[in-house]
Amino acid sequence: MKENHPVLTPALVQEMDAIMTHYQHDASKLLEILLDIQRAVPLQYIPKAAAYYVAENMKLKITQVYDVVSFFSALHESPRAKHPIQVCSSIVCKVNQSDFVLDSLRDILGIGLNEVTYDHRFTIEEVPCFGACDRAPAIRVHDVVYGPLTSREQIADIIEHLE
Amino acid sequence: MEMVHITINNMPLEVEKGTRIIDAAKKVSIDIPHLCYFPDQAVKAHCRMCVVEVVGSRKLLAACSTLVWEGMEIHTDTQKVRDTQVGILQMILANHDQDCLACPRNQNCELQSLCSRFNILSPKLPNVAARHPIQDSNPSLIRDHAKCIRCGRCVKACTESQGISALTYANRSDQFMVTTAYHMPFEETDCVLCGQCSTVCPVGSIVEKDDTQKVWDALHNPKKHVIVQVAPSVRVALGDGFGMAKASIVTGKMVSALRIIGFDKVFDTNFSADVTIMEEGHELLDRIKNGGKLPMITSCSPGWITYIEKHHSDLLDHLSTAKSPQQIFGALSKSYYSQAAGIDPKDIVTVSVMPCVAKKYEAARPEMEADGVRDVDIVITTRELTKMIKYVGLDFPNLPESSFDSPLGLGSGAGAIFGATGGVMEAALRTVAEAYTGQTLEKLEFEAVRGNEGVKEATIALGDTPVKVAIAHGLKNAETVLQMIKDGTADYTFIEVMACPGGCIGGGGQPVNTTFDIKKMRQDSLYDIDGSMVYRKSHENPEVITLYQDYLGAPLSEKAHHLLHTHYHKQKKTTWENVE
Amino acid sequence: MGNTVSFMTRNFGKYDRSSIDSYESVGGFSALKKAIAMTGEEIADRLAACAIKGRGGAGYDMGKKWRQAREVDKPDKVVICNADEGEPCTFKDRTLIENDPFRLIEAMIIAGYSVGAQNGYIYMREEYAHLRPLLLNAMEQAEKKGYLGKNILGKEGFSYQLHLYSGAGAYVCGEGTALVESMEGKSGRPRMKPPFIKQCGLFHLPTCVNNVESLCLVPSILLDDQNEYQTYGTPGSMGTKMISVAGNVKKPGAFEIPFGVTVREIIYDLAGGVTDDNEIQLIQFGGASGKIASADILDTPYTYEDLSAAGVGVGSGAILVVDQRTSVLNFLRITQAFFSHESCGQCTPCREGNTQMKRMLEKIADKTHTAQDLATMKNICMIMKNASLCGLGETAQSAFTCAMERFPEIFAVRTEGN
Repeated sequence: MKENHPVLTPALVQEMDAIMTHYQHDASKLLEILLDIQRAVPLQYIPKAAAYYVAENMKLKITQVYDVVSFFSALHESPRAKHPIQVCSSIVCKVNQSDFVLDSLRDILGIGLNEVTYDHRFTIEEVPCFGACDRAPAIRVHDVVYGPLTSREQIADIIEHLE
Repeated sequence: MEMVHITINNMPLEVEKGTRIIDAAKKVSIDIPHLCYFPDQAVKAHCRMCVVEVVGSRKLLAACSTLVWEGMEIHTDTQKVRDTQVGILQMILANHDQDCLACPRNQNCELQSLCSRFNILSPKLPNVAARHPIQDSNPSLIRDHAKCIRCGRCVKACTESQGISALTYANRSDQFMVTTAYHMPFEETDCVLCGQCSTVCPVGSIVEKDDTQKVWDALHNPKKHVIVQVAPSVRVALGDGFGMAKASIVTGKMVSALRIIGFDKVFDTNFSADVTIMEEGHELLDRIKNGGKLPMITSCSPGWITYIEKHHSDLLDHLSTAKSPQQIFGALSKSYYSQAAGIDPKDIVTVSVMPCVAKKYEAARPEMEADGVRDVDIVITTRELTKMIKYVGLDFPNLPESSFDSPLGLGSGAGAIFGATGGVMEAALRTVAEAYTGQTLEKLEFEAVRGNEGVKEATIALGDTPVKVAIAHGLKNAETVLQMIKDGTADYTFIEVMACPGGCIGGGGQPVNTTFDIKKMRQDSLYDIDGSMVYRKSHENPEVITLYQDYLGAPLSEKAHHLLHTHYHKQKKTTWENVE
Repeated sequence: MGNTVSFMTRNFGKYDRSSIDSYESVGGFSALKKAIAMTGEEIADRLAACAIKGRGGAGYDMGKKWRQAREVDKPDKVVICNADEGEPCTFKDRTLIENDPFRLIEAMIIAGYSVGAQNGYIYMREEYAHLRPLLLNAMEQAEKKGYLGKNILGKEGFSYQLHLYSGAGAYVCGEGTALVESMEGKSGRPRMKPPFIKQCGLFHLPTCVNNVESLCLVPSILLDDQNEYQTYGTPGSMGTKMISVAGNVKKPGAFEIPFGVTVREIIYDLAGGVTDDNEIQLIQFGGASGKIASADILDTPYTYEDLSAAGVGVGSGAILVVDQRTSVLNFLRITQAFFSHESCGQCTPCREGNTQMKRMLEKIADKTHTAQDLATMKNICMIMKNASLCGLGETAQSAFTCAMERFPEIFAVRTEGN
């Protein structure tokens, strides 16, 4: 194995191996495998090298892995941030003033949509409905849903508690 | 056979159960418009151009994917169908670079034909075609995303028939596209430049790299002696571009056309195919007698060579070291011919007309030269030659016929059949069998190695010695055979591999829309040529005999090795270690 | 008749969702025990007698579906639970899994038994990743107790395994063939039909796909000796239904209602009325792919037949209330943006149709559209509806077409001098 790969550290390679082993290198589990790898990558994305690593170790064509990564919106091709903050952009949250949530996040973090804070800790993303319409307007961070969000303080508090 | 009764536009019709509507309609001479449908491929049903009305069905049904049922009433030309088809066409046009006048597929484009058929007088929707960088960093193919209509035929060709999967779909919605993994240039993917994608593309999105200007420049340079060689399978495909009957044998007209275009000499790759057999055949005999690496695998197909170099470099010593007919011709043109004609090799421009886009790459390989002189200078495909003939304004079907020049212009029947899957094997067996036994073959045809099964096996008697051979065409089938070698289950002595399904008659540089049916007709034409020849064995070709007597000595001689053999090397592959 | 009932939701809050013993203490797995004493046909008949329509949105007769799945003469079959609840404003399946995870496990085992499958798969959207531990725990405990595995409950030859799969953010994977594609580790683009997945689906095996709610009804139906289910609803829409109400309402939530409750009762009684008592601008039924109506629909009973007569439909069971603060045009643009994000892109009508619709909505917002533009758009909507490869493309134009009919004023073309 090549030492010092710029993206895939030995620890990350080890973790990817463990993930693939956990799913028994079953190609039908590709989505789960990629989602788990994405969670393990510090900036929460699927590096190109990781996609090749998965393809090579699971005997898949890189085009299949690439197609999957590019197709599914929960999988990301480019670096994000330690804590991607997902704001629902679908109709239920929109009619419940989710723009207020978006504006508050922009204001608190000092970044725009899809931008990353200087320390790579936060990014703001818009995502379609994640099924928390009874808690609209809502955001989702690392599988946890917060909502309904009606005050700036509430939002600031959530961000404060993210390491 | 169970038959069902249907009507198409009120015409009653009886067809086999399981027939697709689009095929049933052909039986009553109705061509249902289509774009993603391609006869030899799995049905995709993406473009939706072929939708028709079926009585009782809530939605319009795609004629390519819907099977007929008993009592089905189909209407292909209602107002609703027309509005839908024209609307879909307009939507496709809106996402297509409409630079038709300056497109390599001008007048040979299925989208253009449909626009003409539906009398599209102006685009009705705002154009939304996104421009991406044009990919042209390889010697063979050009890919222009703005012209892609996302029909997926190229993806199917790359995936299903070749098993390469360098092309894929990616993204979704308006970002949905056909591309390579991470938009890498072809040469950094698993692509072997076979060009099958370019023969199924209905538009100008994937095309051969056009080298015709280089040929014109050479022809117009008075200091250059420009000669041309034509591959065996070009002469049974070239007529397609001029409206002639499919698989017409146009050898004589083709030679005339090349003369009129201005080549100083018109030679035949069939000749060098015979030389390939002499070298490869004796190499095989040598390996059999002296315990060399077996099975030996043919090396004429450059897409195949790239495949094994990229994906199975541990098996490279199975490859015959003989160069391909194109490269053998090139090497001889700059040595033997140059000497005989008294022309400095530096002043000779050797042009090839090939059924293949990978030949462009092969000619450009660094090792394909001797003493600083390139074996082959310019490679054009059947499609490019068609354009050159049209450029000159020739009425090709009515051209008089003429013959190839000497001393590189006589090919045997064995050389002719190189263009069909199994042909190289058969040609080699004709020579090897006689050389091995010292006796003349009673029957020249080795029917067991002909035909279109993906992997053919045969056991041939060389005198009393049975020899097991295999033939694979299409890289998916080649992969099967390679896996057998790796498993140790390939008890073959000799294997022929052609990268393209059907062999060179179905090559990536042949006229577009070469279907399986057309390939079979071209194969038949090649066997007809073989049958009509006086000389049908490579070693009996008088020009070949002269070549060895006067110049090379014997097959596998030191001179032959220097000029006509090559070596292979592992090609770099993109892996996780060399990407970020 | 009350506005809500507890038929399939009867266990909500009644047991410890992490404990199979607790589930058994409220009658859990008694439906399975009853089922394996029956034949698959009898189970399908029982569902047919209750006229259950699939609750994913398409509304296919469930008894018929299970009967057909059972009749496919292949040794290996699979059952899939479609928990890819992606329609905006729809969260009833999430509510069912959250509150009664063991019920879904039990139902999936009954489904496997009924249709003769060896493997069951739950395909749950990535957005519900937080529910995975709940289901994985339930599956593990069920296996330990012998409800999964070989010869379940001593029934010779009934061997069945359950697997949990995750989506990865693609609405189109709610479509059966796209779901199956994605479960094979590929991107979720729908397959052409035929072949239909009931014949050739996941891993080329005959595949029976059911929605979470459809499945969750099954244990209650099998235990319903008194035919309680049949007492709910109307002659045309028997029984109960999970709905999810959200948008501009005071108390959004998922509720089990008997069919026949009026839309007004749902919005004003169950969901507490419109936020700040605003006026209703529009109501959308069945998620983003659903049709829209004005407040005129309030007194319509919530049944398949009445909603259909009113020009809308049950669909996913979602009811979205949009008050007057949002214009119809903005609503359309947000809905359209959703489809532009979610179209798989492979078929022309959906890919290009959505692209063109987006541009048209921009023009309409700018009031620069012409009568010709509207005619062109109408044709594109017709094409999307009639010629798309799958249901996504077919319904992506629903709201737009509906709006053209029911809110024509927003499409008014600017005339000379205005």
